[in-house]
Amino acid sequence: MTSSRGERLLDVRGLTVRFPTSDGIVQAVSDVSFSLSRGETLGIVGESGSGKSVSNLAIMGLLNRTRTVIAGEVDFKGRDLLTLPPDDLRKVRGKEIAMVFQDPFACLHPMYRVGAQIAEAFSAHSDAGKDAAWSRAVELLDHVGIPNAKSRARDYPHQFSGGMRQRAMIAMALVHNPDILICDEPTTALDVTVQAQILELIEDVKREFDIGVILVTHDLGVVAETANSVMVMYAGRVMEYGPAAEIFSRPQHPYAWGLLDSMPSIERRLDALVPIEGSPPSLLAPPSGCPFHPRCPYRFEPCATERPPLKVPADNAHLDACHLPYEKKVELGEERAKKVAA
Amino acid sequence: MTFYIARRLFWTAIVVAAVIAITFIVFYLLPAGDPALRFAGKNPNPQELELIRQRLGLDHPWYIQFLKFIKNFFTGDQYGWPGLGYTFAGQSSVLHLILDRAPRTLFLIAGAAVIWLFSGVSIGIISAVRRRTIIDRAAMGFALFGISAPVFWLGLMGLYIFWRQLGWSSGTGYVSPADSITGFVGHMWLPWVVLAMLYAAFYARMTRNNLLETLGEDYIRTARAKGLTERRVIFKHGLRASLTPIVTMFGLDIALLVGGAVITESVFNLQGLGYLAINGATTQDLPTVLGVVLLAALAVALMNLVVDILYAFIDPRVRYS
Repeated sequence: MTSSRGERLLDVRGLTVRFPTSDGIVQAVSDVSFSLSRGETLGIVGESGSGKSVSNLAIMGLLNRTRTVIAGEVDFKGRDLLTLPPDDLRKVRGKEIAMVFQDPFACLHPMYRVGAQIAEAFSAHSDAGKDAAWSRAVELLDHVGIPNAKSRARDYPHQFSGGMRQRAMIAMALVHNPDILICDEPTTALDVTVQAQILELIEDVKREFDIGVILVTHDLGVVAETANSVMVMYAGRVMEYGPAAEIFSRPQHPYAWGLLDSMPSIERRLDALVPIEGSPPSLLAPPSGCPFHPRCPYRFEPCATERPPLKVPADNAHLDACHLPYEKKVELGEERAKKVAA
Repeated sequence: MTFYIARRLFWTAIVVAAVIAITFIVFYLLPAGDPALRFAGKNPNPQELELIRQRLGLDHPWYIQFLKFIKNFFTGDQYGWPGLGYTFAGQSSVLHLILDRAPRTLFLIAGAAVIWLFSGVSIGIISAVRRRTIIDRAAMGFALFGISAPVFWLGLMGLYIFWRQLGWSSGTGYVSPADSITGFVGHMWLPWVVLAMLYAAFYARMTRNNLLETLGEDYIRTARAKGLTERRVIFKHGLRASLTPIVTMFGLDIALLVGGAVITESVFNLQGLGYLAINGATTQDLPTVLGVVLLAALAVALMNLVVDILYAFIDPRVRYS
């Protein structure tokens, strides 16, 4: 895969998450496999409900165990997180794998001081005293760019702006120098100008702390800026997975094409945007065959009945799950590229 | 903050004065008969009645009486400060009457409040944490029972079982703790439990619902993601946010009971403030009614203020200016 620059941290194999509900079984994540190395940023892209967040919550053990069925393997430095006893998994959370969430307005406890919440993350895995925890909190707040960190640590979350809160969340994630930082839509709730700062901060932090980053987003622009590798998810399945440069220059899956064509940018006028027709399928009864086939303009005979396996279709290509012959994908891809350029 | 409290105290005074004025108006607009008739003996003549009216202060229109009441309250009367006048029946001091009866009601409320707060909140927490288990269903079944069972029925059943049958309770009536602590507790524990029952049920349901709602918040997920133990997640992060509304309810419930524990008081023959109020109302003893109403209104208004000030300490987002 892309980054062999660091030690392999995470190997997810065949991750499957099911939520039994009164309406039936929600097939939130089906057979998802990916890996992450130190120093790598993996972008996980997809529409809402594609299973990106659920996959990560499953890895962190943050899904309610009594109401979810999880299968597969999450190999973290030689341990399978899915079979780890709850208390051992708790010791991994926030220490070796940390997570930053989407909405910094809702993710900090409104009644505790920001510094105290960060210090608490430190104390959760350390016997060092309160003072040590507090100074660690101040140190990290300063590190993530909060001015006057010493006094701002005594503030309550409502006294912080959105960007500052997200910085505080990142500081909280870093208290124990984790191996992996999972960022679940870290910029979605923020102003555009602040978004860039937060992404930059995540990149800086990745380098300084030498960690692996999983960046979950529905914003391809975010991924293009920061990710080394990209995994495109749809209806709980992996559609395409490979190095970021390849995904953006030679996307192989019609769904990825659709995502790229519906992405606004400065160069492209709004009327040149091509939305993907239709809407994502219900995960209670996902379509047979390829989950994308009802919306796919290139579907042909096997798509509705046979599920395309995730495989590398040719040399020099990356993983995708599509029945189209590779030559056809290249041809259609080039056509598409011309249209975009025009 | 000081200004805020001063402003609130000012409005408290206005509200209490309004309540007293309304009590006067109601007393005169609902003609239940001339109170003077009660004290005039059989076949009174008009002169006697007029004399009695003068003696009771009923010869003035209601607003003059109201202003006199306010004046007496501040300046005091022959029974001391605050001046609440004397009862129509017996001509005894309303202030002394209230000071004599208030401890009974206040002890009843205090004991019951401690019981319902601790049992209600604990049951609510257990129920929320063990959601959808037998324990949860049993607790919520108890809550439904507590809410539905009328206090007088609970009280009578309690007396029958724990006093008549088991002898664990000393039965009805009141013993001052100054006379006998064991007698006091022996008489009071059953009314405490009975009064606490209804509130415990409410508090259990409210705690459960608040806690369940809070546990679904994003910051609870953050707390778990930090690697905190589940105990800490629930008791520190979950409870802190879910108990805030309960503080409000607790303050007001206590205040409302000052004049409102009538049924429990009568079932157990405690003869506290509720008894005074009922007795005063049925015998048209205006000064007694006014005294109890004044105390009850003050309790509600002041508790409201206390709760609001407490809130600023509990929830940092709330700051008064």
